[in-house]
Amino acid sequence: MTIEVNTMEQPILRADGVRFSYTTAEGVAPVVLDGVDLSIEEGSFVAVLGHNGSGKSTLAKHMNAILLPTGGTVYVNGMDTAEDEYLLDIRRTVGMVFQNPDNQIVANVVEEDVAFAPENLGVPPQEIRRRVDEALKAVGMYEFREHAPHLLSGGQKQRVAIAGVIAMQPRCIVLDEPTAMLDPVGRQEVLSTIKTLNRTSGVTVVLITHHMDEAAQADRLVVMSKGKVIADGAPKTVFQDVEGLRAVGLTVPETTGLLWALRQDGLDLPLDALSDEECANALYALLH
Amino acid sequence: MALKDITLGQYFPGHTILHRLDPRTKILLTILYIAALFLSHQVVSYAVVIAVLCVAVALSKVGLKAIVGGMRPVVVIVLLTGILNLFYTPGEGEPLVHVWVLNIYVEGIWSAVFMILRILLLITCTFLLTYTTSPILLTDGLENLLSPLKWVKVPVHELAMMMSIALRFIPTLIEETDKIMSAQKARGADFESGNLIQRAQALVPLLVPLFVSAFRRADELAVAMECRCYHGGQGRTRLRQLRFQGCDYVALVLGCVLVAGIVLLGQFGL
Repeated sequence: MTIEVNTMEQPILRADGVRFSYTTAEGVAPVVLDGVDLSIEEGSFVAVLGHNGSGKSTLAKHMNAILLPTGGTVYVNGMDTAEDEYLLDIRRTVGMVFQNPDNQIVANVVEEDVAFAPENLGVPPQEIRRRVDEALKAVGMYEFREHAPHLLSGGQKQRVAIAGVIAMQPRCIVLDEPTAMLDPVGRQEVLSTIKTLNRTSGVTVVLITHHMDEAAQADRLVVMSKGKVIADGAPKTVFQDVEGLRAVGLTVPETTGLLWALRQDGLDLPLDALSDEECANALYALLH
Repeated sequence: MALKDITLGQYFPGHTILHRLDPRTKILLTILYIAALFLSHQVVSYAVVIAVLCVAVALSKVGLKAIVGGMRPVVVIVLLTGILNLFYTPGEGEPLVHVWVLNIYVEGIWSAVFMILRILLLITCTFLLTYTTSPILLTDGLENLLSPLKWVKVPVHELAMMMSIALRFIPTLIEETDKIMSAQKARGADFESGNLIQRAQALVPLLVPLFVSAFRRADELAVAMECRCYHGGQGRTRLRQLRFQGCDYVALVLGCVLVAGIVLLGQFGL
């Protein structure tokens, strides 16, 4: 169940047999990543799905050299993350958004926070101004530019955090469970922001999540369990393996679940009708 | 909740001339004013410094209420200083009042009045600085003014960054404290009754989770900052450039004139 990777162009992210284990005081080293091979093309929208402890967040932290692999290699745009001299270039190429928006906002005014990354990169002031305005408009937070972040809602804060990463003008954004602490409205805001970014600006998006419905919206779905990639392909294809996913503690979207259950009862239904509309059409076709 | 009323570093947004001055100008003016204050020893010079501050307060449009309100925590210190000065200033000639071992001289009364005035003016002028300058501009100004200290290896940028992050997290941590307090109260914790020691002990289950969470936040923030290419103050640019304007030079000249004037008045014993 793997996609044929286009090897003509250099992938923006490439993991080659990545292994990672934490070194603990007792000397016991639990293996978190157990030989991950992954290649992500520029401009794609990839979701990484897995339940707690599957190693998906650890993998995310390898994508911009927060963690270095204990075995294997990670390449960002061809640069080995283990090489110190590339560190700033790597961080500038791959931006990272985390779970808790409160803990990634640095300044006490929205626009000052968005300006943080370009300031660190030594961008001239007028250019910072332009990037900040552009980034805030891209996430729909421009009218809040002079607000204090702690007075915003969770979804708004997370969008400010995304703007803070966009202002760096990265080619790839990795989001580590960006909606885990948000209410349904906030989740929707953040998701549609991510999708727009991917579609309109062509930024590569890697979305780490344990929500099936979020994962279903990606172009490509990578499923992880026990530090290994166990499935990789278009969401429609991956979700067809209902039993395989359930075996590793994951559910499937409700549409696929319904179709699968009906198929078990002997009805002739396609398993790849992922959206509500496709599912409804499939059922309608069966009834007529 | 009383915690939310904390006025630390409080800032009243506005568009007056005092708000528009460069933060560095305001910091320097505050220092000049304090210098003038400590050089004043007689009635006339005090009258001058009081008048100058009144004009500044009026210009800032901050409102007397906010300034008087800010005085509340220091009332005890001010009174204590006044009383000590009243009784312990030795004078020439006969004491005005003589009770047991305590004597009050004319000099004591003057010294108490001046001391109280000095403290009140000192507080008011620093309040005026924080009331009219946003915390971020204040840290920027401090970083800029202290930057020569980099030559003697003082980590000026790091100190300013720490200060601005501390200011950023005050509301977040207050919110968190509220949450933990509610959670502990729901499980029967009592923060409001008992004597001082019992109350202090009741704070332990509040402070432990607060510290644990603050450390976790610090760790996550550090990673997030690194992800956004933070690598110290070297080669850093700023969104807002601090720039001296005409009014800043005028204000600084006026500040120097004030100090010179007070020194001159002192020469004449006024």
